[in-house]
Amino acid sequence: MTTSTLTSHRPRPPAQPATLRTRRLPRWVAPAIGVAALLIAAAVVYGAGIGGPVLVVVLGALLYLAGLFAAANAVEGRRSARNRTWSALIHSAFVLAVLPLASVVWTLVSKGAERLDGNFFGTSMNNIGARDANGGAYHAIIGTLEQVGIATLITVPLGLLCAIYVVEYGRGRFAFAIRFFVDVMTGIPSIVTGLFVLAFWVLVVSPVFNDGRPGFSGFAAALALSVLMLPTVVRSTEEMLRLVPAPLREGAYALGVPKWKTILRVVLPTALPGIVTGVMLAIARAAGETAPVLLVAGGGAAINFNPFENNQSSLALFVYQQAGDASKYAPARAWTAALTLVALVLVLTIAAKLLARRNRLGR
Amino acid sequence: MAKRIDASNVTAYYGAFKAIEDINLTVEPKTVTALIGPSGCGKSTFLRSINRMHEVLPGARVEGSLTIDGQDIYDRDVDVTAVRRMIGMVFQRPNPFPTMSIFDNVVAGLRLNGVKKKSVLAESAEKALRSANLWDEVKDRLGKPGAGLSGGQQQRLCIARTIAVEPQVVLMDEPCSALDPISTLAIEDLMFQLKDKFTIIIVTHNMQQAARVSDRTAFFSIEKTGDPGRLIEYDNTQKIFSNPSVKKTEDYITGRFG
Repeated sequence: MTTSTLTSHRPRPPAQPATLRTRRLPRWVAPAIGVAALLIAAAVVYGAGIGGPVLVVVLGALLYLAGLFAAANAVEGRRSARNRTWSALIHSAFVLAVLPLASVVWTLVSKGAERLDGNFFGTSMNNIGARDANGGAYHAIIGTLEQVGIATLITVPLGLLCAIYVVEYGRGRFAFAIRFFVDVMTGIPSIVTGLFVLAFWVLVVSPVFNDGRPGFSGFAAALALSVLMLPTVVRSTEEMLRLVPAPLREGAYALGVPKWKTILRVVLPTALPGIVTGVMLAIARAAGETAPVLLVAGGGAAINFNPFENNQSSLALFVYQQAGDASKYAPARAWTAALTLVALVLVLTIAAKLLARRNRLGR
Repeated sequence: MAKRIDASNVTAYYGAFKAIEDINLTVEPKTVTALIGPSGCGKSTFLRSINRMHEVLPGARVEGSLTIDGQDIYDRDVDVTAVRRMIGMVFQRPNPFPTMSIFDNVVAGLRLNGVKKKSVLAESAEKALRSANLWDEVKDRLGKPGAGLSGGQQQRLCIARTIAVEPQVVLMDEPCSALDPISTLAIEDLMFQLKDKFTIIIVTHNMQQAARVSDRTAFFSIEKTGDPGRLIEYDNTQKIFSNPSVKKTEDYITGRFG
């Protein structure tokens, strides 16, 4: 590029408008365009006989965007037209993202309500045949609570200490290696953790406690789930600890507070709400896992309170088994169990958030 | 109670970068000493090496000798937390602990160092808050979060937190740079009062402030960017601001340099 072209393309300040006021579209125009777009889309789709209501909405949305741009461009000018079009696009993206979520919740509630009774929460599937309308998920709820509870007890201290090491103490290759392998662990499929625990715990270690016979147990499932939860807990805790400002640590050091106490009493409380969120995400993921439980706890129809002996089921596994069952009563049980699982995770999350907030001071 | 600080040949590094070189100065007990100089001349680094906060950063280290009443604070047998309890520090930006109330902030140093008795904590908190001229403003809301105070109040809260552990020396790293003139005045008044009990060393960019509050002034400077900072002149504040013996000092305080 030569100098002359550079000078000729020198940016000029935009022309100053004579007035700050511009013409605006009247309020009724945007909704009117929307209605018109839908009507045209309906006429086209049904007139040509090429689709149903979904296509009408999609085509209507596209027509609405085009119409809005054209109208705004004609009256308000180009900048305003772009602004309106992009706003409409962002809103439609939000609606698109929420639609599946709302659909899932609605499906769960409407289909799960059928078996939402005392019998479902009070009985197991023991001795329930294909022609029995009864039967419930009591044993699966116990299994989920125990397995996820044990997994959380294992994971949270381990994950917190690991993250504290990496952020506060770790230097050099070892800390780097830990971070790297935690990242690698994030990508391990759940079935692989199940196979790992099957090969390591169920087949090799459990015979030692079990008169030489390998045994399924809820505890083995908890081990597999904790392998799944660990990287999530470590990574989210790590991020939260890094967000704690350095001046806070220095402020504590300057008071003669030892490093470990600074971490325990200043850094962790400051990062607590974020850490709780990370732990809850990990719990939610673990509670929804089917494969590891199937592999190492085996499932089972009877109530088993003991996580260290014999088969246990879990809600996710229950859903899987009932959904594949030939009995005409099974699908209803699966839907209600799925609803129960979602509600359980929701309640746990809300409770944890409230607990974490209670530790903060009110403004 | 206040103690004398002796620095001889203090040199501090950030990794391979030498930030200050061969600083020699003596700070008398119960005085206010101001460290002035252009940005990057190492006055904050020197201040942070006095209570061993410099070494908190990875790769940072200090050579030479720093003693407090004859005890070498960099001795191998010295517990770093004991040094910091004896030499407190107030930072440039107020940094109250966000999860703690005003009361908890003030007694944080005591509580985290093992003081549990409620009556002792309450007494120390009131004493420290009164010394920091903050008591009347916060006595009715000690349970409210410290982060809800104004900037000037937060800084005085941090000063109260520092003096609650009863140090011998208080280091202040540009304590007023984030504050308005009224809060600055409140903190300068406070320094006059604290001088009775503590030795105070303050880093400041505000020459009027140095002239107002300090008994002695140390002028630091660097030759050019990348060179280590050196102590150019150290004398009574009045002498430095009226008749400095080094040309460079005069250039700086009259605004012809830096």
